[in-house]
Amino acid sequence: MVSELPPFQVLLDEHAADVMAVLRGAVGRVDADDCFQETFISALRAYPKLGGASNLRAWLMTIAHRKAVDHHRAKGRRPVPVAEVSEVTLSDPEPEGELWALVGTLPPKQRAAVELRYACDLPHAEIAAALGCSPEAARRNLHEGVKRLRRELA
Amino acid sequence: MRATLRGLTDRAAAEGLLDVAYTSMDSPFGTLLLAATERGLVRLGLPSQDAESLLEDLAARVSPRVLEAPARLEETRRELDRYFEGRLRAFELPLDWQLTDGFRGRVQRAIARIPYGQTRSYTEMAGEAGNERAVRAAGTACGTNPIPIVVPCHRVLRSGGGLGGYGGGLAMKEALLSLEGRR
Repeated sequence: MVSELPPFQVLLDEHAADVMAVLRGAVGRVDADDCFQETFISALRAYPKLGGASNLRAWLMTIAHRKAVDHHRAKGRRPVPVAEVSEVTLSDPEPEGELWALVGTLPPKQRAAVELRYACDLPHAEIAAALGCSPEAARRNLHEGVKRLRRELA
Repeated sequence: MRATLRGLTDRAAAEGLLDVAYTSMDSPFGTLLLAATERGLVRLGLPSQDAESLLEDLAARVSPRVLEAPARLEETRRELDRYFEGRLRAFELPLDWQLTDGFRGRVQRAIARIPYGQTRSYTEMAGEAGNERAVRAAGTACGTNPIPIVVPCHRVLRSGGGLGGYGGGLAMKEALLSLEGRR
């Protein structure tokens, strides 16, 4: 059986710089290196099992995006050192829980656009790069996603 | 970025995800491509061969987890350097024979046993592989040798002493023989 997959090095050569740019935007310079390694190690692990070589860039960007989201979640859970512990109990420890659950129900492209914009803080151009589409298409997906969320929450 | 990429390659190797490591090296004949699995050197690309399609072939036949990883081929490179300087007569590096099988594989393994500075004929190689009438097939085995130089198919000549063929060109075959003191 002949695999259509190109040597993994080709993916690195062609997309490493973009993946790094997206991750720097998403998690900042300091943590981007770790997320970058996580992204490509995950990709490398799954690579031989990929069906074919269609849109490897989008596949990589999706993994990068997931790693960025994981990173933010882990960071959110990490305790922040404070001088004095407050005695006031927070009423809602996860105020946005419902909203993010709704985000999860959006169609894949809209969901990715919304997550990249609001969880990873990416500008439109980088969302477009991550999704492998034009900035217009990224903007449209984001717009449609947000519109849908508003409708659901109304 | 370079350090990050090196870190990635190291980690891939440590986690057993680096199935084919490759690098290129300068030689008196031009750039060689070296590719190794965990078992050993699996492919050596001559300057006349297109590196890109060679790597694609490795991705298809061995594993798509192909990464540039010079450190993994440091020892191989050192042995080849010494060979080209005339200071090494027998390669000690481990080989991975997975790109060859059947009669061709037997011919190629027999070629690997031809001592430095000696030559054999295609007929002799066919015989060593178990069928001395399969001279043409022995020639094909030389032509499809995945690890030239290290598996010294340049030491196989026509019965009358004619050069025969060589994937890297006859000038290279002649130069390798003269390096070994044959011509």
